[in-house]
Amino acid sequence: MRILVCISNVPDTTTRVKFVENSTKLDTGGIQWVINPWDELSLTRALELKDDPANNIQQITVAHVGLAGAEPTIRKALAIGADDALRVNADPTEAYFVALQLANVIREDPYDIILCGIESSDYNGSTVGGMLAEFLDIPSVSAVSSLNIENGEVLIDREIDGGKEKVTASMPFVAIVQKGIAKEPRIAAMRGIMMARSKTLKVTEPVSTEPMTEVLEFHMPKPHAACKFIDPEQPKQLVELLHNEAKVI
Amino acid sequence: MSVLVFTENWDGKFKKLSFELVSYATKLAEMLNTSAVVLSIGPVADEELRKLGNYGAAKILNATGDGLNSLDNQSWVNIIFQVAEKVDATVLVLSNNNTGKALAPRLSVRMKAGIGAGVNGLPKSTVPFVVSKKVYSGNAFADLLIRSEKKILTLSQNSFELVEKPGTPEIENYPVSLDPGTLKTRVKEVHKQTGKILLTDAEIVVSGGRGMKSPDNWGPLIELADLLGAATACSRPVSDEGWRPHEEHTGQTGKIIAPNLYIAIGISGATQHLAGVSSSKCIVAINSDKDAPVFEAARYGIVGDAAKILPQLVEAVKEIKGK
Ligand SMILES: Cc1cc2nc3c(=O)[nH]c(=O)nc-3n(C[C@H](O)[C@H](O)[C@H](O)COP(=O)(O)OP(=O)(O)OC[C@H]3O[C@@H](n4cnc5c(N)ncnc54)[C@H](O)[C@@H]3O)c2cc1C
Ligand SMILES: Nc1ncnc2c1ncn2[C@@H]1O[C@H](COP(=O)(O)O)[C@@H](O)[C@H]1O
Repeated sequence: MRILVCISNVPDTTTRVKFVENSTKLDTGGIQWVINPWDELSLTRALELKDDPANNIQQITVAHVGLAGAEPTIRKALAIGADDALRVNADPTEAYFVALQLANVIREDPYDIILCGIESSDYNGSTVGGMLAEFLDIPSVSAVSSLNIENGEVLIDREIDGGKEKVTASMPFVAIVQKGIAKEPRIAAMRGIMMARSKTLKVTEPVSTEPMTEVLEFHMPKPHAACKFIDPEQPKQLVELLHNEAKVI
Repeated sequence: MSVLVFTENWDGKFKKLSFELVSYATKLAEMLNTSAVVLSIGPVADEELRKLGNYGAAKILNATGDGLNSLDNQSWVNIIFQVAEKVDATVLVLSNNNTGKALAPRLSVRMKAGIGAGVNGLPKSTVPFVVSKKVYSGNAFADLLIRSEKKILTLSQNSFELVEKPGTPEIENYPVSLDPGTLKTRVKEVHKQTGKILLTDAEIVVSGGRGMKSPDNWGPLIELADLLGAATACSRPVSDEGWRPHEEHTGQTGKIIAPNLYIAIGISGATQHLAGVSSSKCIVAINSDKDAPVFEAARYGIVGDAAKILPQLVEAVKEIKGK
C-alpha cells in the first residue's frame, strides 16, 4: 500500500502578518515557514501506520505544490520520516489550481490513501482535499479524527455536525484530517535529518489553467475598542453591562 | 437563473443555521435580481420545510429516496449538481460546517465554480463578484474576486442575521434513486451528541483554560453556562490534559466558532486560541494577569481570580434572570 501526504507550507502560527504592494501581497520578510500543523499530524499518522508491518505499507510520499523556496519544509517532512517527495514547481495561488496539479501527478502514479489537512492556516480554505478527490473521481471522507487499518479494511472516525460516525471507505480515497488523527507531531531525529538529504525529491512542472479566484486586496481586522475593565469586587457590573449595554444576555 | 442554497437537516429538523443560510441566499438573490431555491436532502415533513419559507425561500426541493440517511460525499454531490443544473443556479450557498466543507470543494470542481470559503457577509459587489473572507487564521481579511461564471459560497455559522420574509414556498419532491450497493463510503456506527447545546450552534459560550487550575473546578463554569443557555468550551491544553472532552477544544486546531458572547476564563489568549474565537461578537475575559493578551481581544475584562469571581457571576446572572 502507498500513502500520499499533501503538505502545505504556511507561516508559523504565531506570525503577525503584514502586507505589502498596496496590501496585495504578504510581507514574507522575517516569516518562519512551517509544515501546516494538520499535515504534520497526518504525516505522523501515516508513519504510525507504517510502523506496524501488518498494515503492509511500502511507501509514504509527501507532495507539495510550491516554488523552490518551500524545499526546506519538504526536507523537514522527509527528515520526519517520509520516504520520498514530489514538488510541482508553481506558486500555489489558489486551491483549485493546487488540487488540479496534485490530481495530475497522482493520476500518473496512483496512491491508495491520500491525506490532506482540514485547512491550511494561510488562506483557510478547507478545499484542496475535496477538490482533489473530485478531480480524481474517488471517495473523500471529511473531518477525519482517526484512521485505522484492520484486515486490509480502512476504518475511519469522522465528525459530523452533532456527533461522530465510524465509516469505511473503499480505496483509493482522500481522507481530510482534523484534530485527533495523531496526538503529537513526530519530530525529526538527527539520523532522519541526515537521511533526508539523500531521499528523492522529484520536481515536475505544472499544467496551466485559468484562475477561478484572485485575491484583490488584504485588510487588517478593524481595531476594536479597548477593553473595559470591571472592578473584580463587583462582578455583578459585568452581568449588567452584558445585559444593558452589549445586549448579549 | 437562481441562487441555490443547500441545507441539511438533523433527524428531519432544521436548525438556526438553515434559516441563516436561507436568509443569506434570499438577500443574495435580491442583489442578483433572481430568487432563492432551497435543496434539502433526506426525509423532512412538509410542515418543517415550510419553515424555510419564513426566510424568503421561493421554492423548496426535497430530495428523497433510499440511501440518503447518511452523508456519502460523491452521491450527495451528484444530487446537488443535478439540482443546480435543473434550477440554473449561478450561485450555490452551503454552510461552512463539516457537511458544507465536505461537499463544497467537490462541487466546485464539478460545476467549474470558484469558491469563496467561510464568507461572513454578502458580496461587496456582484459585478465583478467580490467577497470578503478571513485569512491567516483571522489575523487578516481578503477581498476575493471570483472569476468563474458559477460561484460557490460557504457561509460561516452565526455570521448572518436572520431576516424574516414570510411567504408560501412551492414545495417539490425530488425523487432520487440511489443503489446503496454502489456507495463507496459506508457508515458503520453513529454516535449522536444529545442533550447538550452544540458548541458550533451556541450563541453564548463559556470557556475555561489552564487558569481554572483543576478539572474539579468546572462546577461553577458549567452552572454559569447552564444559566445562560450557553455551550461550554476550553483551551487546547485543557482538553489535552483530559480535563474536558476534546469536542470542547476551540482554536486554530479545534473548533472555530463565532458566538454572540464568548466568556474566556483563565485563558491567556494565545494567537492560536484567538484564531478560533476572534469572530465572536463580544468577548469577555477573566484572568488574574492584567497583561494577558486575551484582554487585547476582549470588550470587557475582569482582572482577578476565577475561583472567586465565577460564583459571584453565577449569583448575578441568577438575579438578572429572576431565578
Ligand atoms: C500549532 C499550534 C496550534 C495550537 N492550537 C491551539 C488551539 O486550537 N487552541 C488553543 O487553545 N491553543 C492552541 N495552541 C496552544 C496555545 O499556543 C496556548 O498554549 C494555549 O492556548 C494556552 O492555553 P491556556 O490559555 O488555557 O493556558 P495558559 O497559557 O497556561 O494560560 C493560563 C491563563 O490563566 C491565567 N490564570 C492563572 N490563574 C488564574 C486564576 N486563578 N484566575 C484567573 N486566571 C488565572 C493566567 O494568567 C494565564 O493567562 C496551539 C499551539 C500550537 C503551537
Ligand atoms: N500547496 C499545496 N501543496 C500540497 N498540498 C496542499 C497545498 N495547499 C493545501 N494543501 C493540502 O490541502 C489541505 C487543506 O488546505 P486548504 O484547502 O488550503 O485549506 C492542506 O492541509 C494540505 O494537505
